Amino acid sequence: MRELVILSGKGGTGKTSITAAFASLAENMVLCDADVDAADLHLILEPDFKKTSDFIGGNEAVINPDKCTQCGRCIEVCRFDAVKDTFEIDPIECEGCGVCVDLCPEQTIDFPEVVCGQWYLSDTRFGPMVHARLGIAQENSGKLVALVRQEAKKIATEKNLDLILTDGPPGIGCPVIASIGQATAILIIAEPTVSGLHDMERVGQLSKHFNIPAMVCINKYDLNTDQTKKIEDLAKETNIAIVGKISFDQTFTESMIQAETIFEYNNNSQASIEVRQVWDNILSLPAFNNPVANNIMQHL
Amino acid sequence: MIISIASGKGGTGKTTVSTNLALSIDQKVQLLDCDVEEPNSHLFINPVIEKKEQVLAPVPQIDLEKCTFCKKCMDICRYGAIAVLKKDVLTFENLCHSCGGCFEVCPENAVIEKNRSLGDIEHGSARGISFIHGRMDIGQVMAPPIIKKVRSYTDPDLVTIIDAPPGTSCPVIAAMNKADFILLVTEPTPFGLHDLKLAVETVRILDIPHGLVINRAGLGNDDVKTYAQKEGLPILMEIPFDKKIAQIYSNGHMVVDELPEYKEKFCDLFEKIKQLVEKGGQSK
Repeated sequence: MRELVILSGKGGTGKTSITAAFASLAENMVLCDADVDAADLHLILEPDFKKTSDFIGGNEAVINPDKCTQCGRCIEVCRFDAVKDTFEIDPIECEGCGVCVDLCPEQTIDFPEVVCGQWYLSDTRFGPMVHARLGIAQENSGKLVALVRQEAKKIATEKNLDLILTDGPPGIGCPVIASIGQATAILIIAEPTVSGLHDMERVGQLSKHFNIPAMVCINKYDLNTDQTKKIEDLAKETNIAIVGKISFDQTFTESMIQAETIFEYNNNSQASIEVRQVWDNILSLPAFNNPVANNIMQHL
Repeated sequence: MIISIASGKGGTGKTTVSTNLALSIDQKVQLLDCDVEEPNSHLFINPVIEKKEQVLAPVPQIDLEKCTFCKKCMDICRYGAIAVLKKDVLTFENLCHSCGGCFEVCPENAVIEKNRSLGDIEHGSARGISFIHGRMDIGQVMAPPIIKKVRSYTDPDLVTIIDAPPGTSCPVIAAMNKADFILLVTEPTPFGLHDLKLAVETVRILDIPHGLVINRAGLGNDDVKTYAQKEGLPILMEIPFDKKIAQIYSNGHMVVDELPEYKEKFCDLFEKIKQLVEKGGQSK
């Protein structure tokens, strides 16, 4: 089983539109939306929700005002400044570490589990999909990302599917790290801007740090051919495989409005032709084709 | 006054709005780039960096001479960052949230606070703007402590503009919480609208006055406008979908430098924000 995780570092470079386009092309595949903060893949794939489950992300301290003697111990031990002067816990600041719960001399702080979001098993016109929604202002997005990936793997095993296509979150932090562990390869969607170049460099470093092969696809490459050249140079220097370039094409936005992939919307658009080429290049790449050899390499 | 510039979706133009707004207004400005995973503002305003510091977080180190292997540190740790074995104690720095529970609970004072680096912060200035940004180390997961550290340099005498990260979870909250105003930047596409709704929910939880900038106006459809009108969300500025602007951005240049007519538009945006902040203050 192989898993391709689509990342960008910088947001808004086209990860989700391109993931959806790949879904049109791939066979025997499970889709996984690991951007649990702001998931968008379902807007194109219109999944049929089969099962919804709560995501318990952690616990939250709650002071029982009737028993509290206002001794101040909780304020003293909380390193997140989550206990207000009124001896109430600010749920936004509370990290759920439970230190106040354990150290309250009156044992007056409850620590209930918190439902931090939902995750879903769905069917789409391209295959099964696992996705989630993190509650607003909630923590532990990394844990939820790990959960959706694990469920996607389960489905792939059960249904004998050999590919997981994962739409990753932006950035390089907690949810991104949770989205790439043990993946076969990362595809970075970069845009030819100074920010795009800078952010791709950091995702590239992350992939090296965790020893996962990375490839890059330059989206909207004709917007700035100088920056495109810089991305290609950086890719060559840092051993990131270049799998293709996609033109600045409004077909992406038009198809998004119709809730279609670019292939469903216009199979012959410039972008469609280029994305198809990118997909063929990915499939023929040794790093993606021979995950066993890769894993051995990683363990050496 | 603190203005935090946010969006649910990434790539909608937060950095464009933050940097151009900072450069346009006639008051003394401080620009804090709190997108510490992928900070980009510096690429546009090119600050001269004057000072650099590390952001450190305390993690436990066990003094095995003193340790009696009582396991109290392991029991209080909700993150699985300490494993007490028969004659050894393992600590996993990357799992540690620096809650300090283990230091507090150890009866033998055998848990020593050691620092590890989460990232760094750079202070500088450019074109009259005081600039600070944070940058998370590669492989680290905890953005909020770095964001809080950047925000600890907020100067109440200046207009503080915060470039926030995308999303709706803890790093975004750290960049928006206790701001006087949140400016949401979106694009008029289905993804932009969907993520805008999430961002609006977040802002409402925080109960902070807010308004909207529509970037790339004319690109998709009118659904964002319809939504904004329905929700009573003031649209404070529209930046048209224009390949010229996209190219200016792609080269790391400033819109207000190359299209000077925008300076007035950003000043106008700032005036509208000021009015909404005053109105918000009155209603509270």
